[in-house]
Amino acid sequence: MAVADIPALPVRQALDRPKVATILFAVAILLAVVKPLLPGFLIRVPDAAVLPYQDWLQWFFDFVKDDLGLIHVTRGISAGLEWLLDITANLLYGKHRWPYIGPIPWTAIAAVAAVIGYGLSGWRMAALAGGAFVWVALIGQWELTMETMSVITVAAPVAVLLGLVLGILAWKFARFEAVLKPILAIFQTLPFFTYLLPAVIFFKVGPTAGCVATIVYAIPPMVLMTSLGLKKVSNEVVEAGHMSGSTRWQMLRHVYVPAARTEILVGVNQVIMLSLAMVVLTAFIGMPGLGAKLLSLMNSLKLGRSFEIGVTIVLIAVTLDRCSKAWVVKQPEHFERGTPWWQRNKLLLIGIAAFVGCIILAQFVQVADHIKRNQDLSMGGEIDDVIRAILANDAINAVTGWLRWFLITWVLIPFRNAILWLPSATVILAVAAAGWYVGGRRSALLAGSFFAVIALTGWWDRSMITVYAVISAVILATMIGLPLGILAARRKKWSEPILLVCDTAQTFPSFIYLIPAIMLFGVNDVAVIFAIFIFATVPLMRYTIEGIRAVPEELIEAADMSGATRSQKLWKVQIPLALPTMAVGFNQAIMFAFFMVIIAAFIGTQDLGQELQKTLAGNELGKNFVLGMCVALMALAFDHIIMRWSAARRKALGVG
Amino acid sequence: MTDTNPVISCKNVWKLFGPKPETYLDTARSRSFEEIRQDGYIAAVRDVSIEVGRGEMLVIMGLSGSGKSTLVRCMSRLIDITGGEVIVDGQDVMSLNEKELIELRRRKMGMVFQSFGLLPHRTVLENVAFPLEMRGQDRHDRRERALEVIKLVGLEGREEYFPRELSGGQQQRVGIARSLAIEPDIWFLDEPFSALDPLIRREMQDEFLRLRGMLGKTIVFITHDFDEALRLADRIAIMKDGAVEQCDTPDKIVLTPATEYVAKFTEDVEKSRVVHARGLTRPLNGHAVEGPSIPADATVLQLARQLVNESRDDLPVADKAGKIIGSMRRQDALDILLGSE
Repeated sequence: MAVADIPALPVRQALDRPKVATILFAVAILLAVVKPLLPGFLIRVPDAAVLPYQDWLQWFFDFVKDDLGLIHVTRGISAGLEWLLDITANLLYGKHRWPYIGPIPWTAIAAVAAVIGYGLSGWRMAALAGGAFVWVALIGQWELTMETMSVITVAAPVAVLLGLVLGILAWKFARFEAVLKPILAIFQTLPFFTYLLPAVIFFKVGPTAGCVATIVYAIPPMVLMTSLGLKKVSNEVVEAGHMSGSTRWQMLRHVYVPAARTEILVGVNQVIMLSLAMVVLTAFIGMPGLGAKLLSLMNSLKLGRSFEIGVTIVLIAVTLDRCSKAWVVKQPEHFERGTPWWQRNKLLLIGIAAFVGCIILAQFVQVADHIKRNQDLSMGGEIDDVIRAILANDAINAVTGWLRWFLITWVLIPFRNAILWLPSATVILAVAAAGWYVGGRRSALLAGSFFAVIALTGWWDRSMITVYAVISAVILATMIGLPLGILAARRKKWSEPILLVCDTAQTFPSFIYLIPAIMLFGVNDVAVIFAIFIFATVPLMRYTIEGIRAVPEELIEAADMSGATRSQKLWKVQIPLALPTMAVGFNQAIMFAFFMVIIAAFIGTQDLGQELQKTLAGNELGKNFVLGMCVALMALAFDHIIMRWSAARRKALGVG
Repeated sequence: MTDTNPVISCKNVWKLFGPKPETYLDTARSRSFEEIRQDGYIAAVRDVSIEVGRGEMLVIMGLSGSGKSTLVRCMSRLIDITGGEVIVDGQDVMSLNEKELIELRRRKMGMVFQSFGLLPHRTVLENVAFPLEMRGQDRHDRRERALEVIKLVGLEGREEYFPRELSGGQQQRVGIARSLAIEPDIWFLDEPFSALDPLIRREMQDEFLRLRGMLGKTIVFITHDFDEALRLADRIAIMKDGAVEQCDTPDKIVLTPATEYVAKFTEDVEKSRVVHARGLTRPLNGHAVEGPSIPADATVLQLARQLVNESRDDLPVADKAGKIIGSMRRQDALDILLGSE
């Protein structure tokens, strides 16, 4: 390890930094202690100083929209998208639009899904993919699911294409990348409500707006993965391409893009998963489909039906994820010379045969075509009763009731009041101190100013309520997720299934996590915290396990040979080396939490999310954007501090 | 073997890496490698002048970081040079525009890479046919030609495999086949065997010598392995810190190393395996030598028995055609065989 090679200079800086950070932090605390004596402007930015950003932005958006005529451009785009969406809608669930040939019988789609699954990774995948669609049909949610799928089948390919083009441009032109990177970072932290409103205003209400919001939301990882993959193409492969006399286009088409296949396909996987997550959320702007149904069922507390829809969404998510991941790792297989064409394209032929066969079958057998309402096997009502019975159980009620009471009165409310009581100046200084500790003056200025901007927008209290929910849930997640992760990392036997569970859980659209939370705790703050908590525990555990398991075997052996006990090994070797990775998990937990807290708005929070949701009803783009930026800035400040620390730590340890 | 017009000729070639190489070049000329590095630049190639004749095989030998790979990339203009001139086949490569450069590579150059540089998504056949595809040859033609070269490198029956399904040695055979597909005049090999196991390496060297004998191309071969250089080269250029320390035939390098650095490499070399009769031959200058001649291409070791049994002091040396080209003093050869007193 290169620890010894670190030049003298950074060491000196590292010594100075904590000192400055401590001083800053001490000043922050001092400000809090002497709060009664402080001038008002340090406690909260006075109303007079809060500039009407939202009006300015509103004016700007109106100007761009109407005066510059952007609306005509976007309406043009939405006409094109609508055409595509109509095609998929007609094919998948028989919407009365051109080409008027749908709907395709469910058996045909399930059969093709199974063949694709088989082609990608064998029988188990075939069972998963085919089974998921069979479940959807039998449970009586075919049409809802196809409404959702009809948007994904348009949004995901468009997002992949746009992401690929942008990624190639970013890789080719460093300047373009320099502009694009921060924009993508903001996009990735903007709450989804901020995607939805502009989509509605610029692109008609309904599937088109949902589709646009989904595309925009899903693009960033595709761009990043594409440019990353292209940068990673081995130098010799590039030179081999040049020496073969390739033109620029040939280089891109035949050398770079195929050689970056893995990263690009990982990008595709992420696009698909984000599309699914977003499509479900477009329920908030009235997009029909699984999300809308789930939203209305949860609003009316029909937990049994919600549970079934939840299972459907999870099945679809797992299927899409597993299939696209199988595609990432699938390597081409060679055929012996002289293999006839029908054998080379065997799967394609089987797929076509199954498709046609099912369509023909559906002409004669009604059940194979579509499942009628009275034929489905939905047990929604029964499950509802069971859940109610369980929840009515005194023991469970007592536990959840007590937990709810304890958390609300002794933890959440005091914590929330404390955060709200703190002067703005204290919070900003404390954040700056953390920034200084990890990255010196630049990081301090960056993180501090992000929070200062929030104070200036006048949404401070709402923002602090958001932060409170995020922090309490993440602390809870850390308290439970870390020990569990450490424990699971001990044995391969434990860590592998848990990693699999975490991986799977991460593919669930965030909305799903609200179902158990509402079931257990009803509609209140505890349910919100609980939903965020489960959502955030997943990455925490996952990265903890991965971090600890990635510690080189050699170091463990060295520790063993030095006579370390198990706990010495854990505290002196494994955890220090795993910390940078664990920090990444912690960061992801916080990002997830920021995402979730906004969704939870619909069960009645009082934070930024609530305000954001209100903007959806009107056309206050300016306000929507200001609120969205508040969330994004807080998330970015956390992200910067944690990732900076993780990177510095990695460097100091000489890993990665 | 060597004709008068060199195929590749480098004149005072410089390659500097750093913030502003062009403006710094003038300063660099008067400085040492270390001084240049302290100024924040890396002199990867430092004032190199070298020529490669038609049909000749030049081996560029140097340790890692000596600039040998950069130099060969300057010749094929995978890297733009900072100063000097590179002439390939009568054309100044720096003056070529993109189209001409692509044309040059499509018609005249082939290159083999250390880690093979195979395209992972293409089969052996498609990899080998790649340069042909790039220049727009039709499907049938390129398939035929590719099969031909695949056979040449002994990979018949593996045409439909993907690179990851092959061993390292086989992968490099694919790399070699690809570089030969367009029938290049000039063949660059950048440490082609360094990534292979010693046994395979030996086998590939033999294979390479066989191909070389068959094809008679102009070859620039890079290696960090001095033994490999001695085994394969017509001439060896030894590089250190971006500059050529000595460029000569293996015999001369072993017999009269120009610098201490070169001498260090030659120290442990079994000279009798390297030095040929030709290297010890002196001109006749009129006086006659008698008796049967010895072949110029024989190494001293190969002649050992004859040298010990021989009674003559001067032995006539004949080239391949049987023409006497001079004489070799027996004592000189014995000194190499047994070490001089």
